[in-house]
Amino acid sequence: MSTTVLLLITGLGLGALYFLIAAGLSLIWGLMRVLNLAHGAFFTVAAYLGWSASLALSGTSPWVQWGVSVVVAVIAGGVFATLTEVVLIRPLYARPVGQVLVTVGVALAAVALIEGGYGGDPKQLTLPAWLTGTTAILGANIPNTRWVAIFAAALVLALLLFFLQRTRYGLIVRAGVENRSMVEALGIDVQRAFTLVFAIGGMAAGLSGVLAAAYYGTIDPVRGTSMLIFAFIVIVIGGLGSVAGSALAAVIVGVLQQFLNFYAAAGVGDFAVVLLLAVVLLVRPGGLTGATST
Amino acid sequence: MSERDVLLALRNVDVFIGESHILQGVSFDVRNGGITGLLGRNGVGKTTTLRGILGLAPRTGSVTLAGEELTRLSVHEVVQRGVGYVPEDRDVFAGLTVAENLRLAERKGSELRYDLIYELFPELKQRAAQKAGTLSGGQQQMVSLSRALLNADNRILLVDEPTKGLAPLVVRNVTEALRRAAEVATILLVEQNLSVAHALVRDVIVLDQGRVTFTGDVDELMNDPALARRHLGLAAAVGH
Repeated sequence: MSTTVLLLITGLGLGALYFLIAAGLSLIWGLMRVLNLAHGAFFTVAAYLGWSASLALSGTSPWVQWGVSVVVAVIAGGVFATLTEVVLIRPLYARPVGQVLVTVGVALAAVALIEGGYGGDPKQLTLPAWLTGTTAILGANIPNTRWVAIFAAALVLALLLFFLQRTRYGLIVRAGVENRSMVEALGIDVQRAFTLVFAIGGMAAGLSGVLAAAYYGTIDPVRGTSMLIFAFIVIVIGGLGSVAGSALAAVIVGVLQQFLNFYAAAGVGDFAVVLLLAVVLLVRPGGLTGATST
Repeated sequence: MSERDVLLALRNVDVFIGESHILQGVSFDVRNGGITGLLGRNGVGKTTTLRGILGLAPRTGSVTLAGEELTRLSVHEVVQRGVGYVPEDRDVFAGLTVAENLRLAERKGSELRYDLIYELFPELKQRAAQKAGTLSGGQQQMVSLSRALLNADNRILLVDEPTKGLAPLVVRNVTEALRRAAEVATILLVEQNLSVAHALVRDVIVLDQGRVTFTGDVDELMNDPALARRHLGLAAAVGH
């Protein structure tokens, strides 16, 4: 029982990290039809800048260090994503192949720059004692980092749903996911919504980066790339453009991976997730929730 | 038509879509007020003309609205100058409610004509919370027309085949709504239903193979079977 609980909560924690990357990725694709392969770079760069900020504050309370690293990572993710959209993606809206190439370029360059600047060895983020501890639930000692990841993802999900359902820009994004040209034909500058969605996606990816550093214990230059692969699987399973779909798919993917990697063999969970993707594409090509921005 | 009467003017407008030269030097004027019909057989470039005016189809040449050049503006800027658009396929946002579809069309600084919309289409008020994707074709057309009518500062409405695929009763409703809409804005109407067109429009522009082949009074065209047959095909002559 305790193992099942541990695997379930750990899977939910992993799903939470996937969701934080996937939510922005899904909205970017849904609204802009941009396959943003640089999204993993937002995750990595933000995590490293968060680590740097924490290091700069060494000697202060670990809570202050960790809190600042989270804030810096979120801001860094948002700024990096905004710059990527404004400087690199915007001139290439009519050229999807160019977008793919430029985002691949950003992803590769970011990893190379991080390796050059920080070295290839994993870095350990300073965490408050509580975050390195566990909380016992039904006999299972659950690492507190899992709770933090789950809480953060739930908060981001709630904020995104509020944004989409209750604000004018959310309305524009939801409409733009359906028919971008018609939104423009109503006199709305969709370009602003593009930038906003990129910024939000980058902030969520940055948060995921710094939380992943706590979840895994370290950060390394290629973590963002491997997380991005699963985030892509999540957004396709959940339905491109759907935040709620991404949340559901992230939970399924995270939990499935954890259970199968434990009960079957290491790696089986990863394979099963790819198999699940294939099944969803065959049975429900639009994903679990279809391509609506909810 | 004097220059002062002209609201919208196209001069030597060309549109290429891929390798196809869809509009070939199209020039015409739309008079301020009333409904001007843009007629022609299927596939002659009527929808492309409307999309070209908005900038949804890339065009060259000149498009002016009350003397202001539109071709250098992006689509949303053209619309903000006072151009409403009712697309051929209605293009309502299926996942949004009726109220959200209308709210999306609201323009900052513009007086909003909800009273007129709900007077023309009282059904929309009752269905405000309903997802637009679950509406009938006629109801979706009401939403689409309402979005264009909503902003009082829209000077011209580009309306593309509003009666296409609708039941006769709904066609009558839409026709009446267009008649009322023409009291508050100029309309450039693409319409394949020639009896609807004849009932509504005053001036006519006929396109054939991407070129303007006739401009003039609707009665001049419709009351001359030979002329109508030549410009609009057999159906026009049979219809009248």
